[in-house]
Amino acid sequence: MSAAEYIEPAPAEPRENYLNAGYGVRSWLLTKDHKRIALLYLASITFFFFLGGLFALLIRLELLTPAGDLVQSETYNKLFTMHGVVMSFFFLIPSIPAVLGNFFIPMMIGAKDLAFPRLNLLSWYIYMAGAMFTLWAVVHGGVDTGWTFYTPLSTAYSNGHVVATAVGVFITGFSSILTGLNFIVTIHTMRAPGLTWFRLPLFVWSHYATSLIMVLGTPVIAVTIFMVAVERIFHLGIFDPALGGDPVLFQHLFWFYSHPAVYIMILPAMGVISEVVTTFSRKNIFGYKFVAFASIGIAVLGFLVWGHHMFVSGQSIYAGLMFSILSFLVAIPSAVKVFNWTATLYKGSFSFDTPMLYALGFIGLFTIGGFTGLFLATLGVDVHVHDTYFIIAHFHYIMVGGAIMGYLGGMHYWWPKISGKMYPEGLAKFAALVIFVGFNLTFFPQFILGYMGMPRRYHAYPPEFQVLNVMSTAGASILGLGYILPMAYFAWSMRYGRNAPANPWGSTGLEWQTTSPPPTENFEVPPIVDKDPYIYSAEEVETVG
Amino acid sequence: MADARPASPASAEHPVMLQHHFDSPAQQKDASQLGMWLFLVTEILFFGGLFTVYTIYRWSWPSGFADASRHMDWKLGTLNTAVLIFSSLSMAMAVHSAAVGRVRRIIPYLLITMLLGATFLAVKAVEYTEHIRHHLFPGPWFHYPGPHGRPAELFFSLYFAMTGLHALHMIIGLAILTVLVVQARRGRYSAAWHTPIEMSGLYWHFVDIVWIFLFPLLYLIGRHIH
Repeated sequence: MSAAEYIEPAPAEPRENYLNAGYGVRSWLLTKDHKRIALLYLASITFFFFLGGLFALLIRLELLTPAGDLVQSETYNKLFTMHGVVMSFFFLIPSIPAVLGNFFIPMMIGAKDLAFPRLNLLSWYIYMAGAMFTLWAVVHGGVDTGWTFYTPLSTAYSNGHVVATAVGVFITGFSSILTGLNFIVTIHTMRAPGLTWFRLPLFVWSHYATSLIMVLGTPVIAVTIFMVAVERIFHLGIFDPALGGDPVLFQHLFWFYSHPAVYIMILPAMGVISEVVTTFSRKNIFGYKFVAFASIGIAVLGFLVWGHHMFVSGQSIYAGLMFSILSFLVAIPSAVKVFNWTATLYKGSFSFDTPMLYALGFIGLFTIGGFTGLFLATLGVDVHVHDTYFIIAHFHYIMVGGAIMGYLGGMHYWWPKISGKMYPEGLAKFAALVIFVGFNLTFFPQFILGYMGMPRRYHAYPPEFQVLNVMSTAGASILGLGYILPMAYFAWSMRYGRNAPANPWGSTGLEWQTTSPPPTENFEVPPIVDKDPYIYSAEEVETVG
Repeated sequence: MADARPASPASAEHPVMLQHHFDSPAQQKDASQLGMWLFLVTEILFFGGLFTVYTIYRWSWPSGFADASRHMDWKLGTLNTAVLIFSSLSMAMAVHSAAVGRVRRIIPYLLITMLLGATFLAVKAVEYTEHIRHHLFPGPWFHYPGPHGRPAELFFSLYFAMTGLHALHMIIGLAILTVLVVQARRGRYSAAWHTPIEMSGLYWHFVDIVWIFLFPLLYLIGRHIH
């Protein structure tokens, strides 16, 4: 359903909202309003998204031809390292939580702000401080260890700016910790009267699960990076095999965080999908509690599967067996979600607005990413495809096909609330289609390449792989264009877009019950909640708020 | 500006420092306490990484680690343990004084805590100097006679990383207490509102507890093994 005509009551001066509550740099850089902080994050992560995309573009250009002709192998190592570092730590991990979560969790629970507004602002400054270190490293020649910083390459042999990059990641980790901590405390203590745990929108549940991972996992990567840094700076020998130290121990500690970090990226996207699917099929979610606890289940199981990154790193075969079984278990809560979304769609009263297109794309692509994850959890198959393009394709189906589709779906869904403007629907649908096609053309050939044996992290390859690589590079070009479109029309809509009504999608969410854009304190009257979320019945469907 | 709403928060004459986005002081206090405990959970996991590495290496090189730990001065370690336990006592007394409204006693107790914290750091500096003088700092200058040189270097790598990180937490604790003293002098705290003192107390006790684990692991276990 598209937005009905909204008759502006033609006020003499525009209503006070969070965007016009103050002007000037100070009113943004010293704000404690969660909505403004979300926009600060939006600007920063958009920059890093395009920076990481630029590295990806250079990688794909190099791989257009079999010979290593565009860049040297050292440069290529730096390109994929910085693509990984920038995209994982500076875009994907903060993306949905720090922008959409920051903006909408307080609104969804009927609060005026997060529990700790100053901590929230501090988290953005910490993020920027970390970003500066990493940018410094990028500008001064980059780092070549891979985003995983494996020892002893990172501690003893690499000539890149390992310490600056690592310090950047270390610092940024604390912004993630503070965001997670803030969310947990907010969800526990700031809910509106009547908003019980099982009346919370599923977006809030999935962010609760995400925050648990942020709070419990991030400190471990922080201390691991600390150990790598002191090893490099002070010549302590914590992972040094020459002293009897164990480089595989580094991998254990690294993946103890970095595997759950995958769920930091995907769980918030799943939260977005739950909101979008219910709104645009006009149905209550199928099995609310199952979807809610599936998020928690993914968060818990996510901490028990890190060893599946090390099937060929020399860990014990029995540990490998256990990690393999546990990895299969993660498929259960993930499948619960996919089945429940599908059941929600069943006999729904559909409308294919842009957010819904992204949601449907997410469900399909996440399913492919998830299934190939099961291939990789199988010990024998993993030995065959380990460190090939199969892995690359798998995790890009989860992170790009899943997390970024969710992020873009959420951005379109909530853009009217964030900006108070409607984006151009036709162009947005076109962009969603371009992104879907470009994505699949980029990454599906990589499954085949990987299965045929093309290894990751090489800048040259045998000529028989060229056709599929050309397809992949062509897809990446289409995908890149697709990503520029939303940025362009979102910016355009800020100035020229139609004014958004309070509730253009006829959603039941609390965040839609206030004006667009919301006032600084979110609600004119603090809301009281007296019913479950997602109650879509014929008489309650109201397009205009 | 976004936060310049008129009828809002923390002004000095307002006895209860209620921020504008909370409904009640009880809600605000709940949030602070939950937030602080969660922060301490992250700290446990932060130190937990190092403790894990220590445990695994001690398991791999038991006699090397035992041998290296005999280079620790257990007397200074014991002294420091006592110093920190007394600092926790005086910190607890500062919190208690605030809670029962004896606000004049807050500053003396905080100062005693800081003095004990500084004493700990001074003793630690003496120990570090001794270790470095005996070439026990890992790296090119490390020199360790006997058959256990390589695990001993691992041990000292972990020793400096763990106690260094702990000392950093002590220094941050001293900075926090300094802020508390300044605010207490301005009469900010009362029986009704002293959340910062309480939360800082939790932090201080946590840092002490880390030492309570570090001390036996690094100084005591295995001294008697030959």
